[in-house]
Amino acid sequence: MTPALDDIDRAILNRYQGGFPICERPYQAAAEQLGITEQELIQRLERMLAQKQLSRFGPMYHAERLGGGLSLCAMRIPEDRYEQVTEQVNSFPEVAHNYARDHAFNMWFVLATETPERIDAVLKEIEQRTGFRVYNMPKLQEFFIGLKFEV
Amino acid sequence: MVLNEQDYQLIAEIQGGLPLTSHPYAAIGERIGLDEQAVIDRIDTMLTSGVIKRLGIVVRHRELGYTANAMVVWDVPDERLDELGERLGALECITLCYQRPRRLPDWPYNLFCMIHGQERSKVLAYIDRLVESQGLSDIPHKVLFSGRRFKQRGARYQ
Repeated sequence: MTPALDDIDRAILNRYQGGFPICERPYQAAAEQLGITEQELIQRLERMLAQKQLSRFGPMYHAERLGGGLSLCAMRIPEDRYEQVTEQVNSFPEVAHNYARDHAFNMWFVLATETPERIDAVLKEIEQRTGFRVYNMPKLQEFFIGLKFEV
Repeated sequence: MVLNEQDYQLIAEIQGGLPLTSHPYAAIGERIGLDEQAVIDRIDTMLTSGVIKRLGIVVRHRELGYTANAMVVWDVPDERLDELGERLGALECITLCYQRPRRLPDWPYNLFCMIHGQERSKVLAYIDRLVESQGLSDIPHKVLFSGRRFKQRGARYQ
């Protein structure tokens, strides 16, 4: 288990997942809202990054508006081949994250490519390298996006 | 918005995170030949136009105790998809809600919701209550919990 967070850490996380001040001294502006100093906020962010509670402090891009391709893909991999296929799939730089899930469709990963056309090409390369079918399940419609974790 | 070459430089420069210094936007500007105000203006424009969905903390949810991560998939009749998608997407505990294509005959599910919880039993109980309260017992669904995570990083842009 990772080190515990105190109330100020939690306030930082709950408040700044949704947005962050865009001004000359954003950490100072945020720190003022939290009632701490700029230096303390920066130190707390550095610590939570080092403890890997934060993945990063920055932008989440809209892949399609950047001209890129994005898709969720699934595969059905026999258990005795799983480790090997995972390594093969993750060796593609376009694979952004990859989760095992408890279902016959047991490997789920996100592909992010520089152009939409590259999605199909990378899928085919993955199929050729692994010998297993890739099911492409791109987003057709988005009903909600507000991914945020209260801590 | 139409992105120019400098925008792409900026996008690449900040994708790994903002510098943790007093004047982060000035520090970024120094690396790509823009002044502080120009960086602020461009980031602001990218937020307004939706190129940047949001700017801020990206958490590693597992390390924060959200280890029960369920993808709930539903086989919704096409004519009910919009109504159900909007209804489920508006619920507090559902963090993402997307329509995705069926892949028949292997994969009949066309509506995907994510529910992140701290314990599997609580997430399952929540889904049971959801099926009951929303009258979804006639809609086939499956709950796929995530197991091992092999890779987590944001998409990369050059």
